[in-house]
Amino acid sequence: MESTILILLLPFFSFILLGVFGKWFSHKAAGLVGTAVLLAVAALSYATAYTYFFDTARTAEGVLPTLVPYNFEWLPFFVEGLSFDMGIMLDPISVMMLIVISTVSLMVHIYSFGYMHGERGFQRYYAFLSLFTMSMLGLVVATNIFQMYMFWELVGVSSYLLIGFYYTSPAAIAASKKAFIVTRFADMFFLIGILIYGYYCRSFGFEFNQAGFAQGAMMLPTALFLMFIGGAGKSAMFPLHIWLPDAMEGPTPVSALIHAATMVVAGVFQIARLFPLWIEYAPGALHVVAWVGAFTAFYAAAVACCQSDIKRVLAFSTISQIAFMMVSLGVCTEYTTGHEHVGSLGYMASMFHLFTHAMFKALLFLGAGCIIHAVHSNEMSAMGGLRKYMPITHITFLIACLAISGIPPFSGFFSKDEILTAAFAYMPAMGWIMTAIAAMTAFYMFRLYFGIFWGTENKELHAHHTPHEAPLTMTFPLMFLAVVTCVAGFIPFGHFVSADGVAYDIHLDWGVAGTSIVIAVASIFLATYMYIGERQPKADAMAEKFSKLHQWAYKRFYLDEVYQYITHRIIFAHVSKPIAWFDRHVVDGFFNFLAWGTNALSFQIRGFQSGSVQKYAYVFLLGTLALLAIMALA
Amino acid sequence: MIQIEYLLIVSAVMMFAGVFGFLTRRSTLAILLSVELMLNATDLNFAVFNRMLYPDGYEGYFFALFSIAISAAESAIAIAIMINIYRMIKNIQVDELEKMKW
Repeated sequence: MESTILILLLPFFSFILLGVFGKWFSHKAAGLVGTAVLLAVAALSYATAYTYFFDTARTAEGVLPTLVPYNFEWLPFFVEGLSFDMGIMLDPISVMMLIVISTVSLMVHIYSFGYMHGERGFQRYYAFLSLFTMSMLGLVVATNIFQMYMFWELVGVSSYLLIGFYYTSPAAIAASKKAFIVTRFADMFFLIGILIYGYYCRSFGFEFNQAGFAQGAMMLPTALFLMFIGGAGKSAMFPLHIWLPDAMEGPTPVSALIHAATMVVAGVFQIARLFPLWIEYAPGALHVVAWVGAFTAFYAAAVACCQSDIKRVLAFSTISQIAFMMVSLGVCTEYTTGHEHVGSLGYMASMFHLFTHAMFKALLFLGAGCIIHAVHSNEMSAMGGLRKYMPITHITFLIACLAISGIPPFSGFFSKDEILTAAFAYMPAMGWIMTAIAAMTAFYMFRLYFGIFWGTENKELHAHHTPHEAPLTMTFPLMFLAVVTCVAGFIPFGHFVSADGVAYDIHLDWGVAGTSIVIAVASIFLATYMYIGERQPKADAMAEKFSKLHQWAYKRFYLDEVYQYITHRIIFAHVSKPIAWFDRHVVDGFFNFLAWGTNALSFQIRGFQSGSVQKYAYVFLLGTLALLAIMALA
Repeated sequence: MIQIEYLLIVSAVMMFAGVFGFLTRRSTLAILLSVELMLNATDLNFAVFNRMLYPDGYEGYFFALFSIAISAAESAIAIAIMINIYRMIKNIQVDELEKMKW
């Protein structure tokens, strides 16, 4: 397990190498360095996972142990007994995340070879990818919440850098700024939460010593909920989701890696990491998280039904799926597994969905990248009928669509079914809401699928530039992830990850599973009926009939405009402007007055500086005599 | 035995002769000489106090030697400055020297 430190150090070194000396690398060499490093990281992660899950002895209770191969005190803290440690911690979820991150990152590295071919700043791109991979891996293996926060900010920075990769495009710059500001705003709450937690519980660690927590129990719900706000910013929960759709301005492989598979699930991971605290001290706040998640899932699904930019559809579907994971964590009611009632099923289900979703959503985004590469546009109007030109992309995209819709035997079915079971166990209403959202998911994904691969071909555009299948460097990751998507559902996930660490078998609840399959198939048929044809009279008629609603959903319910209004018209105009006036006139004025006064006074007294040495000596002598006189008198 | 007061009176006379010279003479060279006079007055004081009050010690003599060495160095610098001034204004009278002001 000592080799785990290399998992963090290798990408860091490749970041330094490519970032500082990238100028002297050819594109090919830079890409190869980045990919080779990631290959090593992936191999190490798989070896670590194998050793951890199969060669590590379980404790007497049948729990996988938490290993800490490295931990050292980095900085002491201002509160007695607290310190800021750095280290590596291996437990089931962090090892699972190592696999997810290194796999998706490796695929994205390979894919970028083709996608970013000949792009300016190729070396910089690979350097940033390495930085991101390092930070994300550091986040999941953090031994304490402060280390997690540090790497949390680092992934935010690398996300900012990569969204703004095309820095000549104003839209990309605006999107990167928006992402950074919104997530930073949320992270402020995370930091406050961490400080409250550390102050009252006298710990930043994840070992949850009971004595410390009892005294801090009163403040724990507040601290945890503040941390959740930070998580909601990163994981794009309503109303802090506004940055994620805009983040699609970045290169598509980046969207696949950061804004679909890994960074955006950091909020889910954070709750899972602190899960024992949530369930023990703040179950009420946990259920609030569930309802926030449910609303976000519904909102994002509704918006996704009406978008025309394929990456935006995928972005909203990501928001919706992450919200599913949040709901799944939020509906948990107890910590121990293996009961008749499934109070802690949601924890496992959430992690399972995180795993499967990372794979098939990365697949969807990489597929979308191939399509964009082929037609040079994000808009669905430029697509249609692409199945003839791009067979591999078509099949793999279809597999991913089936997986996200929850059709067996693809992986999404198994994990989503567990989430629905957990939701039903918490409250039937929640179960039905989530089932309905799952149906919407199937509908909008197949709307997207038919819009891209079937439907009217844009003959004019395609005659000008015939779409073609992407090169092997781009199709290989698609095929690999498609295979993973096909088989991942059969992993006995409960054996590896569960709330209290005890292995248990997943039982499919066929009542829930049957309903969700039937509803998903029905939605797919509806989408087929509405969108498969050359023209879509039904869909157009629907859009016409509910034109207001369609317009609202297309404009994302005007939330960006609301933010714009609040920030510009209210905060900037009525708070910032007066403050700026105060700063410019009162604060600056005071200091300008001081400077002016000094200046004026020096003009008055500069006559003393006559340049005549003997006058100075005379004044000096008089001064000395005066001092003598004073001393003699005193 | 010479009284200590006599010696101090000599030193004070030297001192104030130096001060007077410093304030009234116009030639920079004469001002330098006045400075030397003041320094010699203090050296004399060192020696006198050592000899009269602490006959067992040597610190006063040593300080007098230090002071002589330092004043030698200082005169060298002062003369260097004067040569430079002379090159600039062809004169070393202080009342002509009014460039060093605001």
